[in-house]
Formats: sequence, C-alpha cells, structure tokens
Amino acid sequence: MASLKKRTTSAAGKTYTWLDRRLGLAKPLTEAAQHPTPARSASWWYVFGSAATVLLGLQVVTGILLALTYSPSAGEAWSSLQFLNHNVTLGWLLRAIHGWGSDFMIAIVLIHMVQVFLFGAYKFPRELTWIIGVFLLLLTLGMAFTGQVLRFDQDAYWGLGIGASIVSRIPWLGGPLVHMMLGGPIIGGQTLSRFFALHVFVIPGILLALVGLHVWMVLRLGINEWPMPGRIVSKANYEHEYHQLTEENGVPFVPDAAWKDAVFAAAIMLSVLACALYFGPFGPTGQPDPTIIQTAPKPDFAFLWIYAVLAYLPPSLETPMLFIAPVVIIGCMLLLPLVAGEGEKHWKRRPVAVLMVGVIAVTLAIFTQLGTYTPWSPIMEAWSGEAVPVAYLQHRSPLERQGALVLQNKQCRNCHALGGAGGMRGPALDSIATRMTEDQIIRQVLQGGGNMPAYGKALSPAETRALVSFLMTLREKNLAPAVDASRSLTHAGAMRVPAESNLLRMP
Amino acid sequence: MSTPHEPGVQPQPEGTNVSTTASAAKDALHTRRAFLFKLSLYLNGAVGAVLAVPILGYLLGPAFKKSASYNSWVSLGPIGNFPEGETRLADYRNPVTMVSDGATGNAACWVRRIDGKKFQVFAINCAHLGCPVRWFEQSRLFLCPCHGGAYYEDGSRASGPPERGLFEYEYKIAGDNLMIQAGAMPTLATEACNKKPKPLTQIESASPAASTQEAQVEERSSSWPA
Repeated sequence: MASLKKRTTSAAGKTYTWLDRRLGLAKPLTEAAQHPTPARSASWWYVFGSAATVLLGLQVVTGILLALTYSPSAGEAWSSLQFLNHNVTLGWLLRAIHGWGSDFMIAIVLIHMVQVFLFGAYKFPRELTWIIGVFLLLLTLGMAFTGQVLRFDQDAYWGLGIGASIVSRIPWLGGPLVHMMLGGPIIGGQTLSRFFALHVFVIPGILLALVGLHVWMVLRLGINEWPMPGRIVSKANYEHEYHQLTEENGVPFVPDAAWKDAVFAAAIMLSVLACALYFGPFGPTGQPDPTIIQTAPKPDFAFLWIYAVLAYLPPSLETPMLFIAPVVIIGCMLLLPLVAGEGEKHWKRRPVAVLMVGVIAVTLAIFTQLGTYTPWSPIMEAWSGEAVPVAYLQHRSPLERQGALVLQNKQCRNCHALGGAGGMRGPALDSIATRMTEDQIIRQVLQGGGNMPAYGKALSPAETRALVSFLMTLREKNLAPAVDASRSLTHAGAMRVPAESNLLRMP
Repeated sequence: MSTPHEPGVQPQPEGTNVSTTASAAKDALHTRRAFLFKLSLYLNGAVGAVLAVPILGYLLGPAFKKSASYNSWVSLGPIGNFPEGETRLADYRNPVTMVSDGATGNAACWVRRIDGKKFQVFAINCAHLGCPVRWFEQSRLFLCPCHGGAYYEDGSRASGPPERGLFEYEYKIAGDNLMIQAGAMPTLATEACNKKPKPLTQIESASPAASTQEAQVEERSSSWPA
C-alpha cells in the first residue's frame, strides 16, 4: 500500500517536472502568488477586484454554455430562449446564473471602483491601472446592454429603438450611425447578429485583454497600501516608502491575503446561485413583434437611471445633455489620476472625494428608484381598469356624477390618480378643488399647458361643464374650496359700497 | 556595468567606450538586415492599408446607404378599411426584409382618415425615443408608454419630452389601395418623410413590388372598446 502511494507520488512528481521543464511557469507563478503585500492590505476591503474577475470567469463559462442552444437570429432567438427556459435540462438555471451574474458583476465592479477611489489607490504610480479600470467599467456596462439585446424580447426590441433614437440625435452623422448600429433600415436580423458579435466576440475579447493588463499592473506595481492620514504620496518618495512597507514589513499574498479573496469570491458565487435559484431567469418578456404595441418597454436595472434622466430632461436640453454629459463624465474619470496623482490618500483628509461619492450614489439611487415605478409614464389601462372611488360619488348631483363618467371616459385617470389609483404624470385630483378655482380648472382642461395636453377639441361644452362640476366636488377632508381673492374684492367693491369704511381703516 | 564601483578605484574612461558602442549601434541600423526588416514593416503596412479598404467598406456599408433608398411604396389595404374621422392601426411587412428578420420585419402605423381621400399616416415610433405610441379615441390623443410623450390627433406635439410631432409617412391612393412610402425605421435623423418638397431627380418607378407585397391590414380601432 505504502509503496503504491510512493509510486504515485513519484509519478506525479515526474510528470510535474516534465511539464515544468517545458513550460517554465512554476517559478514565475509561485513568485507572483507570493508577492509581498503590505500587511494591512491583507484586508476584507481589498477583495472586490478579485471577486469581479471570478464573476467574469463565471460569465464566460455560462455564456459559452448558453451559446450551445441560443440561436442568434431575429426570427428564432426568442423561441430559443423559451426552449432554454422550458425544454433544456437546467437551461433556466444557466440563464438565471448568467443574468444574475451580470447584475452582480456590475455591482461588484462599482463597489471596487468606489473602494479604489476612497482609498486613493488611483494615485501614483497606479494612474494607468485606474484608467484601464474605467474602460473595464464601460465594457462591463457594454456587456450588460448587448446582453439585454440578446434576450430578444419586447424590451430588447424597443430598447434598441431607444438606442437608435439616441444615436439619431448626433448632429450630421446621426442617420448613417443609426444604420450602422442597426445594420440596415430596421431593427431586425442584422441588428441581432451585430449585437451577438459584440457580446460574444468583440467586447469580451477586449475585456479579457484589459483585465489581463489590469492584473499584470497590480502585480507589477503592488497592491495599494492601507492609507494613513498624513502619509502623503509624492512621486519622489513613494516607491521607496512602498518598498519598505512590502519588503521589510510585508506578508506574502498567498496565503496571508488570498484566503480572504477566495472566501469572498465563494460567497459572491453562492449569492449569484441563490438569486438564480430563488428569482429565476430574466424573461424573455413578450415576442419582439413591433405590431404588438401593448407594451411598456423598460431597460434592465443597471440602465434604469438613464431611462429616468431621459424622462426629466426638458426637450431643449435633451440632445446636448445626451452627448455632452457622457463625454464630461468619462473624461473626468479618465483624467482623475492625472490631475490628482499625488497627495493625501486617506478619506478623512479628502472631504470633497467623500462628498462626491455620496452625492453620486444618492443621485443614482434616486433615479434608479424612480425608474422602477416610472411616475412620468401614463398608466394606459387606468381609465378602464380603476373605478372612481365610491366615496367621491356619494351625495353628488346627477351632473357631477356625469362628470365622473367624463373623467373616466376621457382617460384623465391615465395621468391623474384618484384614491391612490391611476397615473402619476399629472397631480392627483383628490383635492383639486382646494388648489384651483372653477375658472382655473376650465382653462387648464381646455387649453392644457404645464405638461398637460389641451382637451378643447376632445370635450363638448356639456362634457366640460359636467367634468368641471365633478372636479369642484373633490375636496379631501372637506377643506375649503380655492377662491380667487381678486374676484371677491371686485365682488365686494361692486356689491357692498358701505364696506369702504372698512378698507379705509386698513393700515 | 551593473556592479557598483569600488570606492577609490578609478572608473574606466567611459567616453570612448560609449561613442564606439553608439556608432556601432548606428552602423547596425544601416546593415542590409536592418534595411530588409524595415522594408518588411513597410510592406506589411501597405498590405494592412489595402486590407483596410474591404474591411472598412464592409463595416461602414450600411452607413453609406441613404434612408430614402430603403423606402418603397407599401400597400396598407383598401381605403374602405379606414372609416372617415377615425384613426386605426395598420400592419404591413417592411419592404426590405430577410428571412432571419422574423416578426421584426413587420411594422405598424396609425392611419387617420380625415375625410374622403385625405389621410395622415403616422409612424408608431414616438418622436422622443422611438417607443410605440397608442391612440386613445376618446381623448383624441396618442400617448407614449415610455416617457409620457403625448400628441394630438393630427400628430402634433401635445406635451411631454418629444421636441416635435409624430413622424408621418408619405401616402398615395392607388386605385382603391392606400399606399405609404416606408422602409426605414423613422428616427429624428432617418425620417420616413421629411415633408420637404424634394427635387424630382428621377422618375418614380411604378413599383410593381409594392403591389405584390400585399400588406396585411388588421382592423383594430385602437384595440380598446369605445
């Protein structure tokens, strides 16, 4: 028994020696694995980059597996996804892992970026590592967008329409670029093939190459030391100081730091699997048939904030913002390490940096939250689906009840809520009569304005009268109706001349 | 000379040494082999430039085609399908499609028959970001589900983020058929019909293709019960 074990070990040893004599990788790999890191950098804060890399590996593997079944043809893609979901053994789980892996990857890449920013790791000599990291973020988002297109459903179809409409706004080059993007005059087979090539060959190729470069630079320049307030980065001294931290007081990456990376990566992979098992795959939603117009397209989670911003930009600002803002934002991210390559690394001494992270995070969170319930979109079924609350019809005159009917029939509810149900594009009408007088309501209904269409042509005088008389009854908690102060004055002036003495007493 | 000099030891007179190596390196640059290597680089550059022509031509091909060149007359069916004073959804098969396009080769448009032979045919795509607008008969409005753009029945902008009215197709009535000039997805840069009078540079073909591509017109009065 012992001799058998001995023989196996010696055989394994021989194979190893045979291989390494030819490959010569053992020494450089061992050296890379055991490269010294500053003792305090072996921290739980330094695990996000490796987790992102592991997630990328997961995406590559699950992506290849999905490509075994997926059919990148506009006529078949949607049904091939249904086939994956329902007919291929565990196909749904693979789709779910790939989809959730994508969401996790974006999240981890962003967290990694925030950590690197707050720890000042982008400063000398790691400027280029940061710049490549910015491109890695953009490529990750590019993978998310093209991946959403490959899930060739209604959202993907109209998402491409939104993309083409944005591209069409580029001055002079808009038209040619739309055709470049779509591969022809319409969103169709050529478009899907293009995005397939981007998602499967072009972007992953660049992504993997840049990840290789990024990791190579981390190994070459060393992991960022734990920032200390008052330890200033200067180009003259940094390398010497870093050498002291690593060579004299450092610890080997494997095993002192690597076990934390490994544990975190495992936890993230398990989280992806748990989400995939619990929530399942994303879509596909309805078929990508543009003649089915009963749809409210929405982008994936990572792009909801852009969707929200596009709803709130005023028309005149939209085109300039669409093209200037990304250039400025990406430009700032790329220039950051070149402008602020030296100085303090610790977040306690960089209040502006901390504030910026806070403001950006809150802004993105608010717009994403708005994007989840799209208060700017009319609710297309509200007028036929949500009844007028019963309380609003009690003790009303026949004319007022007729007005409630007009309100429903003219689709006012699609934009205006009553009793908490209906669209949120316009203000809720539950207490409209406490805010607007009868004259103001009539004017608003007939002429529109303030983002409301004019209904003058869609309402007969009788309908208008009924509608307005109903709206005048909407005073929540029986608050006093809105009054036109000037009217009461003229009224008082005309009718009650003796009241002049009262006016005279006013200061 | 990577080892540090011993203190007290006179360093070798490096001046001459450096100049000889420099001139030797300079000579090496002018050898036959160096010349051939350079030549091979130029040769590959030239081959690359030649190869770039078909690659770029292939890649940029779609960009050089004018939107209008995709357009041709498509039938939306007999005008009897469109009652006067109403706006209805009509479907057609895009004139330029491939087998792999599947259902994405279909297209829909809103047909408004004002009276008699006066029509307006609107693209389904919102002028803001291209989402499909829906017609609401009762309030006589087109509403967009994406960002809430609203248009009046004549296609003009009513409210919301669009900066203009709905895109309109050119139409004509051939016999009893309503025909529209369609082909490219309408966007701000690739409008179906820009309404500007175009100079007549070529005689319009009678388009026999259009009559064979009988478009299916589905009668749906906005799909909501009135």
